[in-house]
Amino acid sequence: MESRDVLRIAALRLTRGKREILRGIDLRAGRGELVALMGLSGGGKTTVLRCIAALEPFDAGAIDVDGVTLRAGPLPPRNMMRELRRRVGMVFQLHYLFEHLTALHNVTLAPTHVAAVARTDAEARANALLESLGVAHRRNALPRELSGGEAQRVAIARAMAMDPPLLLMDEPTASLDPARRGELGETLVKLTDGGRTLLITTHDDDFVRDFADRAVILADGEVVEEGVAREVLANPTHAATRALLAHQ
Amino acid sequence: MPVVLFLLALVAEGPPLRWGGDAEGGAPFVEADPRDPMKVRGFDVEVAEEIAKGLGRRAEFVQVQFSQIDASVERGDFEVGMSGVEDIPARRATHAATVPYYEFHEVLTVRAEDRNKYRTMSDLRGHRVGTLGGTMAYDFLLTQPVQTVTYDDDVHPYSDLRQGRLDAVLLDNIIAARRMPSIPGLFIEPQPVATGHYIVVLARANTAMRDRINDVLEARMRDGTLERIYRKWGIWDSYQPAFFQRVLGGAPPAALRAGAGAPLVLSYIPALIRAAVITIIISCISMALAILVGTIIASGRIYGNVMLRAILTTYVEVIRGTPLLLQLFVLYYGLSAVIRLPALLAALIGLGLNYAAYESEIYRGALEAVPRGQLEAARTLGFTETQVLRLVRGPQAFRLALAPMTNDFVALLKDSSLVSVITVVELTKQTSIFAANIGSWVIPGALCAALYLILSLPLSRLAGRLEARWKAATS
Repeated sequence: MESRDVLRIAALRLTRGKREILRGIDLRAGRGELVALMGLSGGGKTTVLRCIAALEPFDAGAIDVDGVTLRAGPLPPRNMMRELRRRVGMVFQLHYLFEHLTALHNVTLAPTHVAAVARTDAEARANALLESLGVAHRRNALPRELSGGEAQRVAIARAMAMDPPLLLMDEPTASLDPARRGELGETLVKLTDGGRTLLITTHDDDFVRDFADRAVILADGEVVEEGVAREVLANPTHAATRALLAHQ
Repeated sequence: MPVVLFLLALVAEGPPLRWGGDAEGGAPFVEADPRDPMKVRGFDVEVAEEIAKGLGRRAEFVQVQFSQIDASVERGDFEVGMSGVEDIPARRATHAATVPYYEFHEVLTVRAEDRNKYRTMSDLRGHRVGTLGGTMAYDFLLTQPVQTVTYDDDVHPYSDLRQGRLDAVLLDNIIAARRMPSIPGLFIEPQPVATGHYIVVLARANTAMRDRINDVLEARMRDGTLERIYRKWGIWDSYQPAFFQRVLGGAPPAALRAGAGAPLVLSYIPALIRAAVITIIISCISMALAILVGTIIASGRIYGNVMLRAILTTYVEVIRGTPLLLQLFVLYYGLSAVIRLPALLAALIGLGLNYAAYESEIYRGALEAVPRGQLEAARTLGFTETQVLRLVRGPQAFRLALAPMTNDFVALLKDSSLVSVITVVELTKQTSIFAANIGSWVIPGALCAALYLILSLPLSRLAGRLEARWKAATS
């Protein structure tokens, strides 16, 4: 496995109004790793993902994604943005599928219009992705006709269609029942097989214990604890981690 | 004692004779008295007073719109209607009408430089000739090989003639003569095109009063009172003595008539259908313009800088805050010194730009209704802002906007009737002309309503189907 990190965040700070949302975050994720960002709601987990995806400008620090570096201040210029977008995919908690397009076309839209892939090639790849995620039979359904789990898998396929080395997922476990959670975990582990890095936010410690390589605990905008997932969760040293576990 | 005598006199005089006329028609028919705007004056006013006197009553003027005189007299708003009311067969068929009291001629007015070019109707073949809607002149023009343009008043035909929007105006010689001083550079062709007569119109059942008024009018012809009144108002001419002789000789009304016979209901149907086609064309083209401009305004208000947003917001507020009628007037008449738009083009631009303001608000609302999360999802996939608008935001906004757009189109279809004020004859205008000429709104109104429904119902159906199809769409 290559040693170089796909994601490196250094001293990331973000203030909105008087509120300090992120107070100097340091974070790294290696190639092929599944990293879980944990913490109670309002701890800044989602904001970290949004900063990495360049949806949110930040006030201090730097984010390096596979050689592209985002710095504090306004969002980067277009050519740099394009480089970043190629490296980062994102699956939103509410999926945000394009409501006017079928599952299949949700997946093919970016390859055909951003990467200029031929329509037939894009559809073949989209079908393969939907197949591997177990939703190929729903390819002609519109988003509002999909169940929560189906929509999530289509959203994963949509992000995967651009083949980003880093995939961000916001609260993928939030609305799934235990059986589905297991399926999702196996899917995510499979996604890392080819060397892809996954950074997910969650407060589901069982899921993290079973599937994540590393866990990073966030509390009040700071990383309070991090390490191998099972170890961190087995021997919590910080009060916030213990609170998180008690909360479950 | 004098008070009692006065009261007795009032009782003896009976109720006043209410007569209806249109003071907007102006001199020399009926106009507001410059010394006392509460009073009216004019030759029709004096004839009305002679009639009242002959009936032993006092005349009381009731203001009514010219085109509504027949309907109002039938409804009983007043007993007699007069102010240039023409003797046409349809009127005689549906109302009680007196003997004629004045003979006029339809004359052509042209630009002075064209005086030798357009002398008769045949010289004007294929050219644009203006007149007042719902008049004998209008009916006559329809039988001629010219393009007929109708107006609601008798000032704008002459100003449009001067500006080159018309090549001639056909109207009563009295009207033509009184417009001459105010608009220089026009010429009245001396050869009359047709002859007509003014009458007093009464409710159909009121034949007893009609007969008494006939007696009064004939007596005033004999004793020279009418001649004195006409001379006073400068409308006595060489045609009148012979005309008086014919009336007093008991010539039947038919013998006094010139020009076309009674217009049949059926003869108006092709004109109504043609007008409906014009309504469709106006509605479709102005809607297309409204959609195009509305899209640009909505995009500018969402994506533009502060300056552009302020300008576009002002445009939308001004357009929505002022009447469409006013906008059409400004566009057609107000700007005519700077740019002389043809009527149809002015109508399309006026309706299109007006509806663009409303469309832009629909589109802006629809664009803002697309969840921000979807836009962010699209950005993380690498779409540019333009692509996000074109591929994700626009198509969904369009689906959201479809139902309100359909409503607007149906509203536009009906608002298109407003363009009749700038001489475009569309469905409603044609209907009102039709109604004025046959003297009833019942059949024309029903036909017109049916045509509007035929136009608007399929639209609603079509939009409903499109909406359903997009809901079930696979792409």
